[in-house]
Amino acid sequence: MVEPFIDFQHVTFKYHAQSEPTLHDVSFQIYPGEKVLIAGASGSGKTTLLRLLNGLIPQAYQGDITGELTINGKKILNQSLFDLSLQAGTVLQDSDAQFVGMTVAEDIAFSLENDNQPIKIVREKVAKWANRFGLGKRLTLAPQSLSGGQKQRTAMAGVLVDEGDLLLFDEPLASLDPAAGAAAMALIDELQQERNMTVVVIEHRIEDVLRAHVDRVIVMAHGRIVANDTPTAIIQAGVLSANGLDEPLYIQLLRRAGVPVNKIPHVADVEKVDVSNFRDQIETLAEPVQTVTHDDKQLLVQNLTFAYDQQEPLFENLSTSIHEGEILGIVGKNGSGKTTLSHLLTGFLTPSGGDIQLDGRSLLSDSIKERADHIGYVLQNPNHMITKATVFDEVASGLRLRNIDEEQVTERVREMLQLVDLDGMRNWPISALSFGQKKRLTIAAVLVLKPEILILDEPTAGQDATHTSQLLSFLQNINITNHTTIIIITHDMHLLANFVQRALVVVDGQILADTTPAELLANEALVDAASLRTTSIYRLAQRLSIVHPEELNAAIRK
Amino acid sequence: MDNSLFGYKARNTWINHATGTAKLVGFLALTTIGMISYDTRFLIALTILSFVLIKMAHIKYQEYALLLKLVLFIGLINLVMITVLAPQYGEQLYGTKHVMFGSGWFTITQEQLFYEFNLLLKYLFSFPLSIVLLFTTNPSEFAAGLNKIGVPYKVAYAVAITLRYIPDVQSDYRTISLAQQARGYEISKKSSLIQRMKGTVQIILPLVFSSLGRIDTISQAMELRRFGRYNKRSWYQEQRFSMRDVAMILWSTLIVVIGVLLFITNGGRMWNPFK
Repeated sequence: MVEPFIDFQHVTFKYHAQSEPTLHDVSFQIYPGEKVLIAGASGSGKTTLLRLLNGLIPQAYQGDITGELTINGKKILNQSLFDLSLQAGTVLQDSDAQFVGMTVAEDIAFSLENDNQPIKIVREKVAKWANRFGLGKRLTLAPQSLSGGQKQRTAMAGVLVDEGDLLLFDEPLASLDPAAGAAAMALIDELQQERNMTVVVIEHRIEDVLRAHVDRVIVMAHGRIVANDTPTAIIQAGVLSANGLDEPLYIQLLRRAGVPVNKIPHVADVEKVDVSNFRDQIETLAEPVQTVTHDDKQLLVQNLTFAYDQQEPLFENLSTSIHEGEILGIVGKNGSGKTTLSHLLTGFLTPSGGDIQLDGRSLLSDSIKERADHIGYVLQNPNHMITKATVFDEVASGLRLRNIDEEQVTERVREMLQLVDLDGMRNWPISALSFGQKKRLTIAAVLVLKPEILILDEPTAGQDATHTSQLLSFLQNINITNHTTIIIITHDMHLLANFVQRALVVVDGQILADTTPAELLANEALVDAASLRTTSIYRLAQRLSIVHPEELNAAIRK
Repeated sequence: MDNSLFGYKARNTWINHATGTAKLVGFLALTTIGMISYDTRFLIALTILSFVLIKMAHIKYQEYALLLKLVLFIGLINLVMITVLAPQYGEQLYGTKHVMFGSGWFTITQEQLFYEFNLLLKYLFSFPLSIVLLFTTNPSEFAAGLNKIGVPYKVAYAVAITLRYIPDVQSDYRTISLAQQARGYEISKKSSLIQRMKGTVQIILPLVFSSLGRIDTISQAMELRRFGRYNKRSWYQEQRFSMRDVAMILWSTLIVVIGVLLFITNGGRMWNPFK
């Protein structure tokens, strides 16, 4: 009988700052060499669970703990954070924020430096792990200048230099585009096999994690474990969608086709699942790809030229048009100019050539403030936008600055807060809001000014399925009722597949394609260029030899 | 990409390549002797030396212009305050009285102006030296240097992290400022000073919050990787002393010795041209 590596028995935990426990009677075991996914919507307690494993609770966050927690047979609570960190390495969610060193080499070396190891040994180990992760030539660069995937590999190397037995990942996919995310999951898989490590991954992007190999899934909701089983059993039982998580797209398709998902073996693996008996049922779901066309050209980008560095212009003669009332997605790998394009539209940056016209009028001489009356822009990080202390004041501030009388301010703010489901919290201090609530708040603060065009930078980052679908139905609503044009910069595949009407693929300053999301996600060349991935539906269609996978992509749109 | 950011940058000069410890020791030696000495000839020489160093370090004027203006502004206010509050101090120091204008309590003497000129020189030489130190020393090397001369490594690392975050905070500031302008705060040159000041205040709050968030995450990340485990730590960036570093310390020592010799020949800290 193998002893569990991690053993939790009836663990209940309450933060001192809160009145209710965050974890209720949690019991589970993880065995050596297992790869376990802990999934749950925001607020389900998965981050708290991770903090108990790596020792941040009770050392950085105090609270009351009852129950038995052991790692490697020893009680977790009797060990210091330092002792624990030698056994369990943690890769934090935001790799940008966790870099301590000035350079990649120093960051990898950090824990060894703290162990006061001789410099010669530190250098050897850094070289070894940097080479293992393909970072050997980047040792002297600042971690911040790397691509998302390289950042994550740096963070992983910095933890693996300890050669511990357990790796903890807190939302490893959150800041990666789909292609880099797939590469990261494959790398985790490889490492685990190479070193027989135990790996715990906390994620809510189930689809991407399941496409790599996982032994077990623990589903959490409201501080309790609601399911703990193999991926196939979890999918068969259908517990994901009931607990605020997205099921993989091909599972959504199978359910729509009336396939008895609960009886199919290997259903969690799109490469193994055998649904050939249901091929016809699935194929009949195919829907012609709808091209939602909007004819009124609203925003014209003409021969736009821009360069951060005169030697290497980013955009040269870029032209496109955006139509009134459409929902446009801008996709492309990180650093290819998506955010720059939106900064040019909003006036944050000034082009060196070309023109931007709104309803036939050039915007180039308008200030940021003047453009903001027509084009609302919601930044990726809500903390960069919030300036007021309470929810109400935050939404009201834009109106008050435009000298609108207070009665009307109240009316418009309340109406907007109801739309984003924050009206009940209107007098709350903003510091008490979750990340997802702050995000909705910033959208409300921009929308209250009634812009004709709304630009959202990664609106679904850090949001679970429930909040994403709330946000989307709300955006859909204003798109239909107010004819607001919506431009979304994203690499969220679910968002693309389910919501966006037209997709612009921007790569290295060029518009590589202007197409529908369904077609984009079924085109391997384009998907590679944009650092996306084809959907699991596409993979399933391939295995079933269905000719038009894009028509199946179209089938799961709401 | 952006040259206006303040802080360390890799530049290919000998000052950049010197170790943090040597630069720190040199900086401390020169500023200390310069602060003690009131020998005008010595201070002028130091000022020229530090401007030569800033030139040799390939630091462009735009990079430190704002800070220079700020330091000069504070320095001038300081001088004005001294003139107003202690107009006879120069006379006391030098023991003679060459009246230029004014009478009674508020008499401006050559001695007073000469004394204040010495103070100005102190600002002028120490500013470029600090800029050279900050702009040419990799923050972690700087921390290693501090640690080597006896500063506890936790303090040294805190300094390094602060230096490292200056560019990040600047870019946050810019993003927040743009976002606020989009919300309707006019902070561009189009609006009045009061409005611009109000707008700037709006940026402080989100900047503080985003910085606090950063600090929280980074301190957790550091603890999870055992920062603070022992009383000592090793430094990846630690560099061996080369001839250049030894020479740098020797030159600084030589300058200190000259300064001290001048104390002896002058019979004190002051060089008195009025006798």
